[in-house]
Amino acid sequence: MTLRIGAGSAWWGDRISPAALNAEKGDLDYLCFETMAEATVSAAQVRKRRDPSFPGYDTWLDDRMRAVLPACLKRGTKIVTNQGWINPDGAAQRIVHWLREFGARGVKVASINGGLITDRVLELTDTILENGQPTSTLAPSLVSAEVYLGAEPIVEALRQGAHIVVSGRVADPSIFMAPMMYEFGWDALDHVRLGRGNGLGHLIECGAQVTGGYFADPGFKDVPRPWDLAFPILEVEADGSAVLTKVEGTGGIVNLMTVKEQMFYEVHDPANYLTPDVVVDFTTAHLEQIGPDRVRVSNISGKPRTPTLKVSIGCTEGYIGEDMFFYAGPGALRRAKLARQILEERFKLVGLDAEELRIDFLGLNAIHGAMTPPDAAEPYEIAVRVAARTTTREEANKVGREVDGMAVSGVGMTGKRVPHQDRTREIIGVWSSLVARDRIVPSITMIES
Amino acid sequence: MKIRLERAAHCRSGDKGNTSNVSVIAYSPELYPFLKEQVTAERFRQFYTGVVSGKVTRYEVDGLHSLNFVAEGALGGGVSRSLCLDNYGKSLSSRILAFELDIPDQLTSLLKGND
Repeated sequence: MTLRIGAGSAWWGDRISPAALNAEKGDLDYLCFETMAEATVSAAQVRKRRDPSFPGYDTWLDDRMRAVLPACLKRGTKIVTNQGWINPDGAAQRIVHWLREFGARGVKVASINGGLITDRVLELTDTILENGQPTSTLAPSLVSAEVYLGAEPIVEALRQGAHIVVSGRVADPSIFMAPMMYEFGWDALDHVRLGRGNGLGHLIECGAQVTGGYFADPGFKDVPRPWDLAFPILEVEADGSAVLTKVEGTGGIVNLMTVKEQMFYEVHDPANYLTPDVVVDFTTAHLEQIGPDRVRVSNISGKPRTPTLKVSIGCTEGYIGEDMFFYAGPGALRRAKLARQILEERFKLVGLDAEELRIDFLGLNAIHGAMTPPDAAEPYEIAVRVAARTTTREEANKVGREVDGMAVSGVGMTGKRVPHQDRTREIIGVWSSLVARDRIVPSITMIES
Repeated sequence: MKIRLERAAHCRSGDKGNTSNVSVIAYSPELYPFLKEQVTAERFRQFYTGVVSGKVTRYEVDGLHSLNFVAEGALGGGVSRSLCLDNYGKSLSSRILAFELDIPDQLTSLLKGND
């Protein structure tokens, strides 16, 4: 038996039509969605506090489900998704609503809880991984804390008959591996197969990043029709080997280069990629191009899982104020430099209290910053981009106010936008810690359409 | 002959907290030994002076002709705190493409692009 698993999203803002395409033309057994970034849970908690009507799950849930449910129901494709964010039960109820809208009755939807540990995090964890300080130092600014769950609760929900499983935070590769464990009967301690499965999950968790997205470089790495990328599909065998491919006739490309780039994406030691289920070793992997847009992936290795799970702790850490304005033509850089000097002096005059201030020349050094080669050519157009990190909103607002002043009190030939958006945003810093595996007990709730 | 790394390898960067990883992947197996010999962790770090404040570790994946550089303190304190416009460091990998690599003349046919 070959199991067909497709990606439906790689992040919250991802395109929706490639998910619909995978549902309609991918002949999928499972369609899996990953919709969370590091700060998603904390940001959702902050929003919920301000706006009690915010349901706390993926804000694109309706659009995604409407796009894929009809085809999934027709084909019998099951769905695994982490769109539950801080409210998996609410997301499950909303999915049931859409199932009924589409006339589907008796479809089981499971929600997974137990990963949110905000109220217990200080007793369950000791040390912040990033700085070695006790996690108790985060108490005053703590917004939320969540555990990265593994595939096991999803597998259990599938065993209980779920057609759709919706969770909050689950490690990204585990979302895509859970169907393999369930369908092939892999044991949770079978690190050989789980290593392969989680490695495969890692390859498609970022969606189009393995099918030609985040890849093209004209003349070096060309991608056919890059405006029409498909999301990846895995054809997995029971031994944990697979072919990575995409729906035929779509733009993009699947080749050894796209697979290798994605294999190392956000990986530190490729021989020890830690997930809740297993430690993956990519260094033994065999990759083979067996046809157009078809790469066979085999021999990824696994090592036994660690006794701990990763905890992500979100904290309020002040504000960032940010804005920009523009120069062009001969002398753009010299005018930008004067503008920078004016701003620096103005910030002294208004007593800006910033932890960090940065004034860059977009077009010259705003992206690569201090490592920009000193002999870089002067650009024809430059944006002066100003950002400051502060402890209060009032201080951060000074950035936008001083940039406003550059309109009529600044340098000649300054281009400037009317302020069209909030130029101050709140920072939620994310810290990590570890929790003993046995202290976390996920729970499953099943409802039916 | 001396070439820019972009002709011999492709790269991708990823973020985790305040750490960025940059993979450097040879376009062909024959080019990989020269990457491995010349693109050391120390020389990588020099290329990222002013941006990478912490340690750089290099991992070698010989079977896939790839190097993976893990640069600590590369993201201005972390994705959410960073004042850099590219706060995820998605474009960090492009800096190393300018690395000057010395390869034997007979491997020229394996290179991408033109000088």
